[in-house]
Amino acid sequence: MFSAAIIAIFITMALTLARALLGPTVYDRLLAVNSFGTLTVLLIAVHGFLMGRPAFLDIALVYALISFIGTIAVLKFFEYGDLGPGERVSFDEEQE
Amino acid sequence: MRVFQRLARGRRRAWRHGFYLGLVLFGLWLLLSGSFKPLLLGLGFLSTLLVVYIALRMDVADHEGRSIHINVFRPVGFWVWLVGQIVRANLHVTYRVLHPRLPISPEVFHVRASQDSELGRVTYANSVTLTPGTIAIDLQGNELEIHALDREAVEAMVGHKDSRAAALDL
Amino acid sequence: MMLETVREGLSWACLLSGGFFLVAGGIGMLRLPDFYTRMHPAGVIDTMGAGLILLGLMIQAGFSLVTVKLLLIALFLLFTSPTAVHALAKAARHGGLEPLLVNTEENDE
Repeated sequence: MFSAAIIAIFITMALTLARALLGPTVYDRLLAVNSFGTLTVLLIAVHGFLMGRPAFLDIALVYALISFIGTIAVLKFFEYGDLGPGERVSFDEEQE
Repeated sequence: MRVFQRLARGRRRAWRHGFYLGLVLFGLWLLLSGSFKPLLLGLGFLSTLLVVYIALRMDVADHEGRSIHINVFRPVGFWVWLVGQIVRANLHVTYRVLHPRLPISPEVFHVRASQDSELGRVTYANSVTLTPGTIAIDLQGNELEIHALDREAVEAMVGHKDSRAAALDL
Repeated sequence: MMLETVREGLSWACLLSGGFFLVAGGIGMLRLPDFYTRMHPAGVIDTMGAGLILLGLMIQAGFSLVTVKLLLIALFLLFTSPTAVHALAKAARHGGLEPLLVNTEENDE
């Protein structure tokens, strides 16, 4: 039954990958990559169960963290052109 | 070295916040590692210290200090209700997507959020986004801009969810 | 013995229906006409698909540290997914991408 779930995850990965390659705008591609990240987390978790090694869950947890930060970072890069503090961020330490 | 200045200035909130943060982080470490060897405990303690230092240096959550003191169990009715809504909306969107004629009519709505606190409004906007079929595009002041897959998806829940989140008003 | 069968069955049902919702979300991301509408099936993948599959794994694991970790993954996905999707939508809006508002076919009156 784990293999059934893994097959479903692979099919969905192929579909989102197609959207990432087709997607007319950069936002389509980012959305698809974001979903792909979620699917990767699921794949790692289910694969851990299939192999009988639940230690894989730690990797899935870390991947979930990284995938979210990756999406936000790429988004920020496309919005502002660099990864430094954007115009909306202001450090008001000196004023305190 | 602003951290030490801030701590030295006797800002008790910073001390207290750092302490609670460290406690939560070390608990998380214990939970995830599940091992009590001295080496691992020491490494966990060091990483906790490092993260608390970085958090204090970035001055995150000093202003939202109450985030730790939120009672997680009070809004439990809201969470249960939200899960029900998410399931219902998922079935709705899945039906629309798999229907051969693709019966969707995307619209953009403007809705007024009635929560007083910022946290309440953010909770509301996030629960709107979390429910498939409606996505909060923008939140300016009280005005919420929502993109919806079809009108039904909005009308079934927006007013209702607003009052739910208002009752919650963290 | 009986309980074991029920648990296996529940786990099966969760994993299979989770897989179904994943594939449905994937199909939706290919079928729908523009970026803003495609965000909705992405939400299906993130909430229902991921939630059901993780729930199936939790039932499989029973009461243990593994379940706690699965719960953490599920909670994390539930908190980050609206944030990421909202950031994408807002960036697209500010980037000047206009949502497609009128459907190509009028299905109600």
